Amino acid sequence: MSPERRQFLAWGAAAAAGSALAPGLRLVELAQARSPEEAASKLQRWGLLIDVTKCGGCDDCVTACHAENGVSGHGRPETDAQWIRKLSIRDKRTGYAQTLPLMCQHCEHPPCVDVCPTGASFKRDDGIVLVDKHTCIGCRYCVLACPYGARSFIHEAVSGQKADVPRGKGTVESCTLCVHRVDRGETPACVEACNRDGGKAMAFGDLNDASSAIHRRLKGEASSQIRADLALNTGVRYQGL
Amino acid sequence: MASIQYREIEGRSGAYLALLGALGALVLAGLGAAWLMEHEGHHITGMTNRIVWGTPHVFAVFLIVAASGALNVASIASVFGRELYKPLARLSGLLAVALLAGGLAVLVLDLGRPDRLIVAMTHYNFKSVFAWNIFLYTGFFAVVALYLWTMLERRMNGYTRRAGVLAFLWRLVLTTGTGSIFGFLVAREPFAGALMAPLFIVMSFSLGLAVFVLVLMAACRWTGRRLGEAVLGRLRSLLGVFVATVLYFVAVQHLSNLYIARQHELERFFLLEGGVYTALFWLGQVLVGGVLPLALLFGAASRGALAAAAACVIAGGFAQLYVLIIGGQAYPQQMFPEKEIVSSFFDGVVASYAPSLPEIALGVGGVALALALTTVALKLLPFLPRSLADGDLAHGGPTSA
Repeated sequence: MSPERRQFLAWGAAAAAGSALAPGLRLVELAQARSPEEAASKLQRWGLLIDVTKCGGCDDCVTACHAENGVSGHGRPETDAQWIRKLSIRDKRTGYAQTLPLMCQHCEHPPCVDVCPTGASFKRDDGIVLVDKHTCIGCRYCVLACPYGARSFIHEAVSGQKADVPRGKGTVESCTLCVHRVDRGETPACVEACNRDGGKAMAFGDLNDASSAIHRRLKGEASSQIRADLALNTGVRYQGL
Repeated sequence: MASIQYREIEGRSGAYLALLGALGALVLAGLGAAWLMEHEGHHITGMTNRIVWGTPHVFAVFLIVAASGALNVASIASVFGRELYKPLARLSGLLAVALLAGGLAVLVLDLGRPDRLIVAMTHYNFKSVFAWNIFLYTGFFAVVALYLWTMLERRMNGYTRRAGVLAFLWRLVLTTGTGSIFGFLVAREPFAGALMAPLFIVMSFSLGLAVFVLVLMAACRWTGRRLGEAVLGRLRSLLGVFVATVLYFVAVQHLSNLYIARQHELERFFLLEGGVYTALFWLGQVLVGGVLPLALLFGAASRGALAAAAACVIAGGFAQLYVLIIGGQAYPQQMFPEKEIVSSFFDGVVASYAPSLPEIALGVGGVALALALTTVALKLLPFLPRSLADGDLAHGGPTSA
C-alpha cells in the first residue's frame, strides 16, 4: 500500500471514528446537564475561582449578571439591588491596590440560611445558596448575617423580570450562581462575560469533580477564601489576594 | 398587710377619653405609616441595603425588652416572696403583655411582606433564633395570661407562685433569645458574642422598671389613688441598682473590645469618631441613661426626681438601642483587614442613615398601642389597688396577690 493511500485511510478512519463518537460525547455533555425533574445532587459542589491578578478595571461581570437576571436599578444606589459588585481594595500601609468581583460566596455553612426563620434561605444539595421567593417574609435577618454584604432587599416594585428569575418587592435576593443556566449545563453569566470580554479572571465548575479544571487548579495552586476565619467553606475562591 | 382591694379605674372622664383618643390617633398614624411603607416599598424609609434594620427595630426591640422587664415587679412578689410588691403584680403582668404586643406589632408591620405572617407561623427553621423567638413571644403571652388569671381569680390564687416562677423563667429565656438575635451574628463585630444575652436581660430590668414606674405614677395620679413612699422608695432603689448594672455591662463590653487589637477600629468608631453614634453613646446612653438617673435616684428622694430618672432611663435606653442596632450596621463589615475598600455598595465606609417620618410614626404607634391596651385594660379589669398609701400596706394580714 502506498504511503499516500495509507495516509488517506488513516484520515478516513479518524473521521469515521470522530463522527461516530461525537454524538456520544455530546450525549455525555447532555447527561451532565440535569433534567428539570432531577434533583440537585450532593455529588456536585458548584463554585467559582477568581484570579484577582487578571481582574482589571472593567465591570463586564456586573453588567452581564444584571442583564441576565433582569436586575435594574432606580438610580438609588443605596437601595437598588446589587447581585455582584466590583471592589477596589488598597493596602493602608503599602498602597498596593487590587480589584475583584464580590457576590454571594455560596458557603457550605451559610449564616443566612442559619438565621432565616422560615427556611426561605436555603442551600441546594449542589451548594448553590438561594432564596425561596414564596416563603421569604422580608425580615432582612439574612442581610445582617451575611459576612459579605452579598444580599439586597427589594425596596420598591420591580419591572422587566426574566422568566427564569422571579423577583419581588419586600423580599431578599442575591446571586443565584445563575442557577437556571447551571441547570441547563451552562456557566454563570459573569463567568461567560469575563472570559469573552474581560480579563479571563473567572472560572466556574464542580469543586468535587476531580477531573474538572477548577478542581485541578485548586489542588495545584494557592487560593484563598474571603473571611476564611469564619470557617464557612465558601464555594467562591480567590487567587492572588 | 391588709387584704388588698383592687378596683377598675372609672374611665369616664374627659381626660381618660382624651388620652385614649390621642393614643388611638398615634396608633392610626402608625398603621398609616406601615401601609405606606408596604405600598411604596421600603425605599421611602431611611433604611438601605446597608442599614436594613432601622428606627422601627429600635422601637420594637425596646418594647420587647421592656415587656419582659416590666414583669419583674410581679416576679419579685411571687417568686421572691416580697409582700410589698404584691399589690403591684397585676399591673406588672398587664404591662408586660401590652408592651410585647406593641413591640411585635411594629416588628411585623415593618416586614417586607407582613401579609406573609401566616408563612412565619407555618414554616420554621429551628436553627434560627428568630424562629425560636416566635415561640418565645407567643408563649410569653400565654404564660403571663395564665399568671394574671391566677392573680385575678380568687380560687386560683394558690397557683400564683407556680405560675410566677414559670413566667419568670420564661422571661429570662425570652430576653436571652432577643439578645441572641444580635449575639449570634458571627460576621458582625459590634454584635457577635455571648455578652448580648445578659446585656439585654439587665437592660430589660432597667427599661421595664422605668416604664412601670412612670405608668404606675401616672395611673395613681390620674385616678386619685394614693401612692406611698414605702412603694416608691423600694422602686427607687431597685431602679438605681438596675441602671448601675447596665452601666457595668456596657463598661465590660467596651473594655473587652479595647483589649483586642482587631476590635480597636470598632471601639474608635463607637467611642471617638462615630459622629452621631458617638454622641448618642456618651450623651444619650451614658449621661442621660446612666449617670443622670443615678444622681437623681440616689441624690434626691422626691417623686419628681424618680419620675425624671425613669424618663431618663427610657431616653437612654432608646439611645443605647439606636447606637447598638443602627450604629452596629453602619460600622463597615471587616472583609479585608488593613485594607481600604471602595465599591458601589459603600463597602468600607460608615453607612449613612437618617430616620424617616414613616419609621418614627410606626415606632411611636407601637408605643401608643402598648399604652392604649394598658389604658383600656385598667378600665375593664381590676389591675390597680384602690390605694398604695403607706398606711394601707403597712399592716400584716392575708393578701390576695
